[in-house]
Amino acid sequence: MSSRRSSRNSRQSGGSRITNISDDQITDLVSKLQQLLPEIRNRRSDKVSASKVLQETCNYIKNLHREVDDLSDRLSQLLATTDMDTDQAAIIRSLLM
Amino acid sequence: MNPQLLSLSPNNSSLKSRFTLGFLRALKRLNMQTSSSPSPPQTVSSSSSSSPREMCRRYLRIRIAADASMASAVGSRRAWSRTLLLKIRNRQFRSCNSSARRISMKKKCSGRKMKKKLKCDKEINELRKFVPGGEAMDACSLLDEAAHYIKCLNTQVKVMTRIADIYSAT
Repeated sequence: MSSRRSSRNSRQSGGSRITNISDDQITDLVSKLQQLLPEIRNRRSDKVSASKVLQETCNYIKNLHREVDDLSDRLSQLLATTDMDTDQAAIIRSLLM
Repeated sequence: MNPQLLSLSPNNSSLKSRFTLGFLRALKRLNMQTSSSPSPPQTVSSSSSSSPREMCRRYLRIRIAADASMASAVGSRRAWSRTLLLKIRNRQFRSCNSSARRISMKKKCSGRKMKKKLKCDKEINELRKFVPGGEAMDACSLLDEAAHYIKCLNTQVKVMTRIADIYSAT
């Protein structure tokens, strides 16, 4: 895999030559993405088209962004009302262990 | 001994722990800022100033802090984290906006020259909008960066949820 990546990089640094991004490479990366998406992770790869995977990826990232926004909102409200210093040690202990 | 300790990663500086420590430190800094700033006399609230503008500003600061701690936990290994860090630093200093724009435009031109018409071009261009720095990448790097970005976003959401749960429980 690493050798393939380095050959791809050397081709790109050629500059004037048009890079041939083969469909195999795309399919490879798309299947890797598919493993990360919760909805279509369980379905077989030949049933799911690449464009569907990419659409789901966009939706998933959008959802994650929205979750981060909601969590930031929630934390900003909590920040106003709770005392933080006493809880930090407990948080670190429970998060990292 | 706590059985959960066995699941702890051997090197303590995993992405999750780096992000957690960085984000908690940023939250502490934000908390000290809001408590030290003088509240306006006309605000009638029992806790610290909860005017809508103040809440909006705090929410933005927390969101930026979350993205910044995630990007610095990843470091400069990834294009998306480099883009995020650059964007946040430009936002803070506002002095090097022109140079950043010049760099991104140069990359965009070279990317277009090498692009080949692919099957899912429309979806790939749609994905570029969601990954930081996606406009300047070719399709393969974009998919690679998107996979790593999703992994890190998942970690971010998990840690922030845990922190919010702990604070709301006390």
